[in-house]
Order: sequence, then C-alpha cells, then structure tokens
Amino acid sequence: MTDEKKSCLRGSGLTKIFGLGQKKTVAVDHVDFNFYAGEIISIVGESGSGKTTLAKMLLGLISTTEGEIYFEGKLRDISTQKKKREYWKGIQAIFQDPYSSYNIFNKIDTVLLDCIKMRGGGRLPHAKKIEMISEACSFVNLKFEELTNKYPFELSGGQMQRLMIARIFLLKPKVLLADEPTSMIDACSRATILDMLMALRKETGMTLIFITHDIGLAYFVSDSVYIMEHGKLIESGTADEVILHPKKAYTKRLINDVPKIHEEWDLSTVKVSSIWNEA
Amino acid sequence: MKHTLQQVFRSGKFVVGFIIFCILLLIVLIYPLIVTDPPLTIIAQGTFFPPGIYVNTYDSVNSPSTYILNLENAGVKRIASKLSDEDRLAMQEFLIVAGVPAEDIDITNTPQLLEQWNSNYDPSKNISGMTLARSRYFQRLNTSLKGLLKPEGEILAAINADSGDLEQIGLVNQNDYVNVGEVANVRLLALGTDNFGRDMLTELVRAAGVSLLIGLVAGLVATLIGLVLGLVSGYIGGIVDDLIMFVTNLFIVIPSFVLLILISFSIGQNKRGAFTIALVIGLTSWVWTARAVRSQVISLRNRDHVNLSKLSGHSIFHIILNDILPYIASYVIMAFILQISSAILVEASLSIIGLGPRTTEVPTLGLLMNWAMIYQAHIIGKWWAYFPVLVVIALITFSMNLMNTGLDQVFNPALRE
Repeated sequence: MTDEKKSCLRGSGLTKIFGLGQKKTVAVDHVDFNFYAGEIISIVGESGSGKTTLAKMLLGLISTTEGEIYFEGKLRDISTQKKKREYWKGIQAIFQDPYSSYNIFNKIDTVLLDCIKMRGGGRLPHAKKIEMISEACSFVNLKFEELTNKYPFELSGGQMQRLMIARIFLLKPKVLLADEPTSMIDACSRATILDMLMALRKETGMTLIFITHDIGLAYFVSDSVYIMEHGKLIESGTADEVILHPKKAYTKRLINDVPKIHEEWDLSTVKVSSIWNEA
Repeated sequence: MKHTLQQVFRSGKFVVGFIIFCILLLIVLIYPLIVTDPPLTIIAQGTFFPPGIYVNTYDSVNSPSTYILNLENAGVKRIASKLSDEDRLAMQEFLIVAGVPAEDIDITNTPQLLEQWNSNYDPSKNISGMTLARSRYFQRLNTSLKGLLKPEGEILAAINADSGDLEQIGLVNQNDYVNVGEVANVRLLALGTDNFGRDMLTELVRAAGVSLLIGLVAGLVATLIGLVLGLVSGYIGGIVDDLIMFVTNLFIVIPSFVLLILISFSIGQNKRGAFTIALVIGLTSWVWTARAVRSQVISLRNRDHVNLSKLSGHSIFHIILNDILPYIASYVIMAFILQISSAILVEASLSIIGLGPRTTEVPTLGLLMNWAMIYQAHIIGKWWAYFPVLVVIALITFSMNLMNTGLDQVFNPALRE
C-alpha cells in the first residue's frame, strides 16, 4: 500500500454508547481508522463486537456519541436531510438479511426506480429508465422482464441480494459498505454474490468495506483487515500482516476458529501430502 | 393486498362478525326508507304499550263488510281472556270467606263459578284483613265479569242530531268478524312504545344509526390522533417523544371516563349534540392507540428496509407513509374497530348517567337506556323498553370484537388455531 493513496473515510475517536448510567453499553469505543479510496477493507469480529454499530455510524444511520468522521478528507456534515442525501450518494450499503431489507409493500420496480431518481435521473424518459434498470439487472444475472411488477418476497434470498447489488450498480456510490452480505445465503449463491461484488468494484473502482465474521473471506478478498473486539479496533494492517502474522491472541483465536482457514493454514504441503497418503 | 383480503374473508370469526355487522347496518339504512315516520314523534297516549299489532276499534266496528264465523271455542277464549287463572283463584278465596263450602267450588267450571260469584259477591261487604287495594281489585273484577256469559251481541248507538235521542245504528254480534286487511288503521308496534309513547322500534333503529355514527366519528378522531402522535413520537424519538409521552401519560393517569364526565358536564346540556359527544369521546380515548403505535414504530424504525429507504434518499414523511404505515396498517385497522365499539359503549354509559347528547334531537342507544331507567321500565317489567337496546349494543360490540379477533388471527399467524 503506497502513500499516494487518497483517504476515503477516516474516523477519529469514534464512540457509540447506548443507554445511560448503570445500563450503558459502550458499543464502539474510541475507534480510529483510515480507509483508502479504491481498497477493499474488511472489518472482522465476533457477534456483538460492534461491527454493525460502526457500519451504521459510518452510514450516518445512527448518531455518534463522540468522534469525527471525515469523508474524502472533509469533515462529514449530515445535519440536514439535504446534506444526508448528498452523503448517501457517496456511500451505500448492502445489509445482512435480504429478506428484511425490502419494503414488502413496494414492487421491485419502485426500488430500482428510486435509485435512478436519487442519481438525478428522475426526469429521464421512461424507456431510458427501463433500459438502465435492465442493464443493472443483467449485470447481476437477473432478467428485468421477469421481475417487473413482482414483489421482493416472491424472489429467493440469493436473488434478493443480487437485486441489492443491482441497486448499487445503478447508484454507483464511491463507498459500498457490505454488512455480512453473504451470511444469510447458501454457499453456492455466496460465491456468486462475492463474484458480482468484485466485478462491480472492478467496474466502478469504488471502495468496498466488508463487515464480516468470516476471517477466511476477509483474507481472500481484502487489501486491509481491521479486527474488532468489544468495540475496540485491536489490530489492523494489510491482510497478509494481520492474518499471516497475527499479534493479538484474539486474532489468533478468530483464525483458529475458522476450520476452512485452518486446513489451508497448515500450509499446502500438508494438504498435498495428505492427498498423497490417501493415494 | 388482494391475498390478505382473501385471507381475511376466509377467517370464520371475521366473516360471522362482518355478517352480523352488515345486517345491522342494512337495517339501519333501509328501515327509515320503509317507515318514514320521524322517530321521536309521540304517537301513544300513555306509557309503555306492549309490543303487538294495534287494530283500530272504531274502524273495525265500522268496517265495510263483516263476516260471520261460527267458531267452537270462541266463547271459551273470550272468557279466558277476561277471567285468568289468577282471577279464578281470587274468586275462590273470596267465596270461601263469604261462606260457600270449599268442596262446592270448582274453578274450572266457569258457569257455576260465575253463578256462585254473582249470588255471593257484595261490594259493601268488608272482609276482615282485606286491604283497600284488594277490595278495589274485586270491584274491578266484578265489573269485568258483567255479561260474560250472555249470548247476544251489543248495540251500537249514536245521538240523533235532531232529537238528541240515542238511536240504534248497528249491532255487533259475538260471532262477527272483520278482516284485518280491510280495517283502515292497523299499526304494528313490534317493540311497543316507550315511556313517552313513541314507537320503540323506529326509535331503536334510529338510535342504533346515531350510535354507530358517534362510534365512527369518535373512532376516527381517536385513531387519527393516536396514529399521528404514535408515528411522530415513535419515529422521531428524542425530546419530541418525551413530550408526547408526557402528555399521553397524563391522560392515562386520569381515568378517561372521569375526564369524559367532567368535560361533558362542563359543556352543558344545551350544547351537547351527538357530534360534540362523539368528539369528546374521541379526544379522550386516543391514548392507548398512541402508545401501541409508538411501540410498533420504535420496533420498525431500525429495520433494514427503513434504513434502505433512508439510504435511497427518501424524506421522513415519505418513510413514515411508505415504510412504516403499511407495516402497522393492520394493527391500526384493528385498533380502529375496537375504538368504534368502545366509543359506542362509552356513549351508552355516558348517556345512562344523563350526560349524553341532549334529548330533544336524536335518540341514541344510551339515551333509550336512560329513558327506560328514569321511567323504571326495568322495575315494572316493561322489558321492551330496554332489552332490545341491550341486544343491539351487545350485537354491535360483539360483531366488532369478532371481526377484530378474526383480523388478529390473519395478521398475527401465531394466534391461528
């Protein structure tokens, strides 16, 4: 990672505290980070480590208790609805559960048309809009003709998540925050969705932030990895640094907890030799 | 949406409730088209006429054609209608005191009984221990028995305008009949009349209509206020939420019925129209709707689809309308139905204690109850003045609660059997 990279999202002393007095929980505790534009970043941690809270703060969906967020070098300002709208043109998200991500009363057309409207294409002729939507759908291997006038719940989980990617394709944000985008989906669709996300990144050059508990996934896709424990960022660096040479016990535990990693971890020679032995 | 409606109408409870409610509604709507009398006109002189068909005596005597029917037990029936079993026992009691041996008296033998009565009854005779009311009763009985067994008819007479003498103009025989269809004036009073002498059925139908309207207005007002406050305080949160909840809690702490009584009283009898009462009920019963809507909205506002809508750049108004409201719509409809039925009950309770709408314009179910109570219909056994009202109130609230339960089962699959 060279120094000429531009900072895309920077946080300093980010803190989120829920509740008051005796009941207060520190979800995110003085977190500092600097995400560079165009990178793939993974934030890894167990459930309850504050990943999703951090993501929501980054998205501006919840307020920060303390700390500042800088977006493209400037202090983020989302004080008004209009400014929020501007901010959300730059940063978008894919959520964990595709089944609850859609408003079940809106048709798929509405979801995608809203994206065009947000990009300022609200006054385009209808045919042009449909063309754009069809393009986005074909990017994620869906046929818009089959989806039009359908409701989201008529699709499978994998299709819904692909539609989410189509949405991002239309919005073309600078930053995409993917909050465990594959955790609710079966293994086959998972690979497809990861492929699509990668392809989308290649095409738009956006910064991709993965929130995940799957350290294996983090290792394979990301440029830099951040490890979170109890609301604190305990380790960060390039994927190789963090995962091949973990410093903290927690990171090591996370790595050891992933069986898939484990196999590949014990070096390919082991695998090969075992295959040899079987043969 | 269509699917949900289908499910709703497949729920047995909802359908039963809906049918009952529709029947009531149809009666309320159609009856005034058939019976066009104003519901509050006084038609009867006297109070609490029992339910039945009222045939005009004058018209039946002067009916264009009379028919002679020789029916076997006509005489027996005539005597029975004038001389009940109770009367026979009383006569027996009197005769025994008057000195007739008990074994000679056969109360089933009418001619013998009457003969013994006629020969022994003496109004001036004072039996010891007999109250004045009792002796009056025997006097009345004696008068009604006069001519009970005579076979001939009765003469109709009119005063001759020239001479001033009574002249016979007709004879009514015991076996003369008229066809009810030919009598000019026949009035069906299916539920009799009330204490003021008004047709109870017409009044009841109108009262049911007015009460439903009061329920609808009060329900609309309460649901609207509760919905708006709940949405705003739940979605926006923070200090707005604190403020709205403070007001809501104030309303909860003061029992709304007490509040209702105070407001109703302070408005004054002359200004209390049905519409005012409906508004007052609506303005005091939104509290629980607001709280329930708020809690639902709080659980919804952090859902992913709301977040996604925010990320799509939608305004707060758009999100509340499109991403929150449809999700709680089923609940709001149920709350609305319950509000209507409870508003009808509240109106009835308020009217019973005399704080309902003023009594001069329209009847309401509560006012009917109030009138029946003031004139002691329940004590003197005039059931038709209050029982049908109770049934109508019960049917309305029952049907609405049934619909509500049915809807609940459709919208909340965990409750399905």
